[in-house]
Amino acid sequence: MMSLYNKKRKAMGIKIVKAGMLTTIQDLGRYGLQRYGMAVSGAMDSYALRLGNNILGNPDNEAAIECTVLGPIIYFEQAQLICLTGADLSPMIDGNPLPMWRPVLVEAGSLLSFGRPHLGCRAYICFQGGLDIPEILGSRSTYSKGGLGGWQGRALHEGDRIPFRHHYTGKDSLFHWSMDPGLYPDLATEVVRVLDGPQFACFESNAQKSFFSDVFTISNNSDRMGYRLTSKPLWLTEQKELLSTAVTFGSIQVPPDGNAIVLMADHPTTGGYPVIAQVATIDLSLLAQKGPNDRISFKRVSLDEAHGLLKKQHAQLKKLKSAIALKYE
Amino acid sequence: MGSSHEQSLSIALPNPIRYYPMGDQAIVLSFGDTLSEALNTQVRKVVASLVNWSQPGVIECVPAYTTITIYYDPLTITYHELLSALQMIIQDIPEDTEYRGLKKEIPVYYNGDDLAYVAQYNGLTAEEVIRIHSTPEYRVYMIGFVPGFPYMGCMDSRIATPRKQVPRLKIEAGAVGIAGEQTGIYPIETPGGWQIIGHTPQQLFDLTRESPSLLEVGDRVCFVPISYDEFVQQKTKSNGH
Repeated sequence: MMSLYNKKRKAMGIKIVKAGMLTTIQDLGRYGLQRYGMAVSGAMDSYALRLGNNILGNPDNEAAIECTVLGPIIYFEQAQLICLTGADLSPMIDGNPLPMWRPVLVEAGSLLSFGRPHLGCRAYICFQGGLDIPEILGSRSTYSKGGLGGWQGRALHEGDRIPFRHHYTGKDSLFHWSMDPGLYPDLATEVVRVLDGPQFACFESNAQKSFFSDVFTISNNSDRMGYRLTSKPLWLTEQKELLSTAVTFGSIQVPPDGNAIVLMADHPTTGGYPVIAQVATIDLSLLAQKGPNDRISFKRVSLDEAHGLLKKQHAQLKKLKSAIALKYE
Repeated sequence: MGSSHEQSLSIALPNPIRYYPMGDQAIVLSFGDTLSEALNTQVRKVVASLVNWSQPGVIECVPAYTTITIYYDPLTITYHELLSALQMIIQDIPEDTEYRGLKKEIPVYYNGDDLAYVAQYNGLTAEEVIRIHSTPEYRVYMIGFVPGFPYMGCMDSRIATPRKQVPRLKIEAGAVGIAGEQTGIYPIETPGGWQIIGHTPQQLFDLTRESPSLLEVGDRVCFVPISYDEFVQQKTKSNGH
């Protein structure tokens, strides 16, 4: 009897009541096809996504909903265990503040909404067991420009209904633990660590200096493909045509106008502008949480330092994983 | 054994390969700085042995005109371990390996909005532009920009035309364009700045195919002029599944 009931309810999930500014489904990205020009996409702040999935006992790569600045309004057709991570966009359940960084059981018939953005730009709504959407070329990430992945290859609209893959079967309805917030970067930080880019040496010595001393402002013309930065222009010692080559998340390109562009999650796979620097992977999360008019500056790290930082983060994540595994036993 | 002080890998290929890191998750192998078929052939040769490489920690590789970028997971393999592994795999490529890309024919209905401009810019008639464009065999140097977009060269300089000053907001899927001495095909509808001279009914990128991209780096492409009727017929067929 019970299993029949479950089957009938299998298609239940969430319904988008209001879309928000840019609400997409993302996992850790679509790898292996960049040589065919396929963008990686994936969560802009992949660390926040990983943490949210870990808090729920999901695999790191489970797809979640990425909300941008102004979050959506979501109706829960069915109860589900969720976790909010990333930016603090003032999440609420039926108008009451919803705590982040911990599992929360949302009852059927509840409304998840967002208020004023407090800190950061992108929040992640993770669902225990994930969302029931197909993998396209090995990923559930939305790649809007290519019109594929996620929910029908596009950002979520009002009226979209997305089923859960599993419904919540746990016996707990209250969770009294939350993640140590110290595991996540302080989003007020303005310093972004970078490695010298392949063409760093092609820039004028003034540009090389000012790159590490100036303050850069993220322009309004910034999205999931790239952030345009404004600063004093960065000039090359001589303008020369480069042959296009692969570029990646965090590549800081400088077009002929001297204003840098940082490539983000939906970046094209190749580019032809000189790359002055590359954001260290550890700080891509911090950068992804910055938005128009935010100011950042760059600090140089070596390859060894960048790898050391990643290893330290990985060890912390491993510890968190084993601590959480006990919670769901 | 490579170290960060060394500048190149010693290999069984005609030219030394320079290498450098791009950030903390990628290493770039550079075969040179100039557009050349010989260098691109080397790229293709090395990529052929890298795409099915089962080295743990290697995520994927992206070939371009004269470079191969290899993405790796630094938690699984260090930069120096990856360099040594690359050195070994590249050494094993026999110098005399012949790599000839697959020959592929792309039908084109030459009706592009910029065909007249390209003709006028080069002091030719539209018919001459079509004849010159569809005569040689082009090499696919790189795939990038959007899924399945091939950068092909070298085009006859008699029809070379700079990109549009103001890019179009919408270019249809299948549009065949010219930018300088390159020619390319837009696989999906997107904004773009290339001069559009025609359209192909073929799908350059198709999720339902086992290999979604019609073309690969190193492929040799010929354009075959077709009529409007043939275009419509083939288009219906290629969308028919």
